[in-house]
Amino acid sequence: MLILSRKTNEKIKIGNEITISIIEIRGDQVKIGIEAPKDVKVFRQEVFNAIQNENREAAASEDSLQSLSTMLGK
Amino acid sequence: MSGIVDLKEKKLVVEQGLFGFETITEYKLTESELPPFLWLQSAQEKSLAFLVVDPFIIFPDYELDIDDESLHTIDITSPSDVIVLTILTIPRDGKDVTANLQGPVIINKKNNKGMQVILADSRWTTKHPVLDQIKSRGSQC
Repeated sequence: MLILSRKTNEKIKIGNEITISIIEIRGDQVKIGIEAPKDVKVFRQEVFNAIQNENREAAASEDSLQSLSTMLGK
Repeated sequence: MSGIVDLKEKKLVVEQGLFGFETITEYKLTESELPPFLWLQSAQEKSLAFLVVDPFIIFPDYELDIDDESLHTIDITSPSDVIVLTILTIPRDGKDVTANLQGPVIINKKNNKGMQVILADSRWTTKHPVLDQIKSRGSQC
């Protein structure tokens, strides 16, 4: 893990194709610009966590189908 | 939905697993007693199953732009090879059933490989209410 400091308008290169720019720093918020090829997936960590949590919630129990059936009024 | 029919009872290989279930890599798609809903059943772990459905049946406005890297991962070369499923969450407290339109499962029907993708499109979230949607459409579900 590389740990480093950057100032506003400074950049970080990751490989040949990915550039991260520090656009603005205000209080505890940093605005970041990410330039990456279209086939590189860039997501906020929270999005990953949300999908993971949703899958865990979705893991069905025996009565899931019955619940669904009841809700659909069947 | 003939595409989905072709996949029923076949072994689906989800090499990377679903998010949060990374070690479970083999599934089977089976019919539920409540069509058009299907079970995505783990082949390894009997107690693990997800209710899934073809999202386009319930959400006609749904669309997804899948990144090339994901498509390569399961060797998809043509849009006609892709089956899309959305995972349903059925809360135990009787709250509305929701569909995870942000994290659909895509399957290549040519080789039965699948994966879960995360869509960057902010229109789609992990919890889209299903019942209201069905009712408002007077749906055939």
